[in-house]
Amino acid sequence: MALLEIRALSVDLPVPNGAIHALRRVDLTVTRGTIHGLIGESGCGKTMTAMALLGLLPRGAQIKADRFAFDGMDLRDVAESLRGRRIALISQDPAAALNPVLTIRRQIDDVLRAHHALPKVARHARAVELLAATGLPDPERVLRSYPHQLSGGMQQRVVIAQALATGADLLIADEPTTALDVTIGAQVLALLRNLVQARGLTILMITHDMDVVAEVCDSATILYAGTSIEDGPVAEVLTHPRHPYTRALLAALPDAAPRGAKLAAIEGQIPPPFKPIAGCAFAPRCAVARAECALRPPPERLDGAHRWTCLVEGGLDDKTAA
Amino acid sequence: MGLGRYILRRFVLSAFVVVGVTFLVFIAAQVVPSDPAALYAGPRPSAEQIEKARAELHLDASLPVRFIAFAKAMATGDFGVSYKSRRLISQDLAAFLPATLELAAFSTFLALLIGIPAGALAAAYRGGWPDRMGGLASIGAVAMPAFFLAMLLQFVFAKWLGVLPLSGRMSREISISDPLLPVTGFALIDALLARRFDAFGDAFAHLILPALTLAAYPAGIAMRLTRSAMIEILERRHILAARALGLSRRRILFGHALPNAVGPALTVLGLSFAFALTGSVLVEIIFAWPGLGRYVSEAILSKDFPVIAAATFVVTLCYAAMNLILDLAQALIDPRVALK
Repeated sequence: MALLEIRALSVDLPVPNGAIHALRRVDLTVTRGTIHGLIGESGCGKTMTAMALLGLLPRGAQIKADRFAFDGMDLRDVAESLRGRRIALISQDPAAALNPVLTIRRQIDDVLRAHHALPKVARHARAVELLAATGLPDPERVLRSYPHQLSGGMQQRVVIAQALATGADLLIADEPTTALDVTIGAQVLALLRNLVQARGLTILMITHDMDVVAEVCDSATILYAGTSIEDGPVAEVLTHPRHPYTRALLAALPDAAPRGAKLAAIEGQIPPPFKPIAGCAFAPRCAVARAECALRPPPERLDGAHRWTCLVEGGLDDKTAA
Repeated sequence: MGLGRYILRRFVLSAFVVVGVTFLVFIAAQVVPSDPAALYAGPRPSAEQIEKARAELHLDASLPVRFIAFAKAMATGDFGVSYKSRRLISQDLAAFLPATLELAAFSTFLALLIGIPAGALAAAYRGGWPDRMGGLASIGAVAMPAFFLAMLLQFVFAKWLGVLPLSGRMSREISISDPLLPVTGFALIDALLARRFDAFGDAFAHLILPALTLAAYPAGIAMRLTRSAMIEILERRHILAARALGLSRRRILFGHALPNAVGPALTVLGLSFAFALTGSVLVEIIFAWPGLGRYVSEAILSKDFPVIAAATFVVTLCYAAMNLILDLAQALIDPRVALK
């Protein structure tokens, strides 16, 4: 059974004279022991999805879903109690995610104290073990340090150690490499990969970086304007994208362009979040859209584990018909 | 080490402040339109008596020589005698300063104990009833004149409820029939040294109302400052991160957010401590508190310059010391302070 199963999740944030449709329709399935990428541009609802999973949505947010389940439990009821116990966040930008006036010891110890009834000595041993597990040399020295005394890569490892300290089985990694330079970022990704294998963890990796997805993710979901439009195994999604948005996104990558050629960009703007959308959210910017696309929700297509929602790009049945 | 150098630098700066104030006090004495020799010579002195006093006080020496002598005297605690009472000023200060320090320190401590947590709670329940009550209380505390608050407290706790003494520093039963040996001059400490717990309780009870009166203003300010600093801190990413790791609300509020937010309040409390040393005349009079404020204001009225100079010097020292302690506290709470 999947660890995380979400069907038709929507989140509305009420504002004066209406609501912001932060999430319109998100389907997401994360299998235990895998790294699942949640991909999209800023503002597409990646972080909002994470906050919904953690029960940290702004006050007054309205959640609707056909299914919103973690390990068989409805997250609408249990998100608060699972937060930090079974679901933990590896926050983006580690320099900002650590408290500047507390030692690393305090910041890890507080997490251990919140979730485990351990005596002080055992907590210290655990903190040392966790820091070592994230590849930090000299954990004792790190424990005595303040965040500003550590490099960005070390800070990121501390943040990962904090998440491990919770004992959670689902870690949500929010852009874990964005604040790091490329080599350090690659090390952090390798570390996450190892942790998944060694500790049987599951990671939901929030990112806008296709290289990150290609490097560590087993499967991925593409979000556009609060809507999941395509998902499947990474090999499928990245090499045979079916949704026009995913294709355009991949074509817009600098590596995809021939040397010297102008970079491809997607024309138009993402739809404003306060407007309801009747049809496909991508239709106004889509190169292959037809008139019906804007009128009714696109059908869901399946090709094995690969799933996408598009009226134009057909599934297996189309192929066989052709 | 960053911290050691930081403290050393602060210490040197404080020394400059003390020297500067000494210089200003000396200059002020020269500018004031009154003749110290005439004051010193007593009521209706003859010209001869004034000249004699002038020689006795070395007022005929050149200004630089007199400043050096003055600075040396201040540094060695030889403050001379009062023009008015002819008493040794150092003896007077030894009697009045501890009473004032005790009151100022305790009221600052109260302000810290009330203002900072109240500000944190107001920020945590922003817009809710604790915030509104706190806002009202802090405005009241800041706006209410000290003499009015003093009388209000006296009326409620001394007259109406009868649980606390009306005024004074110690009950007659103790101060007259069985007095404490003044070792440090601080009643609380002397009582503990003598293991006189009856006297300790009595001194403490006498301290509460004047200290509360003095604490009201700084507590109100500290609360407002802490509240606004907390509101800003609570928006920071590390607070969200702490929540996402499942830390309890209380732990986040007091263990993670508050240490980031106490800086401005601590600075203000340091200033209010300095103010309480001499600015609490009204409170000292209302509560019959034998403190420095009354002593100095009487000296000012009678142009008793050596007393004013000595008190200014001593208060400056206390202020500089308090600031050093605060700087150290800030650096211990936020290690980045020492790096700036």
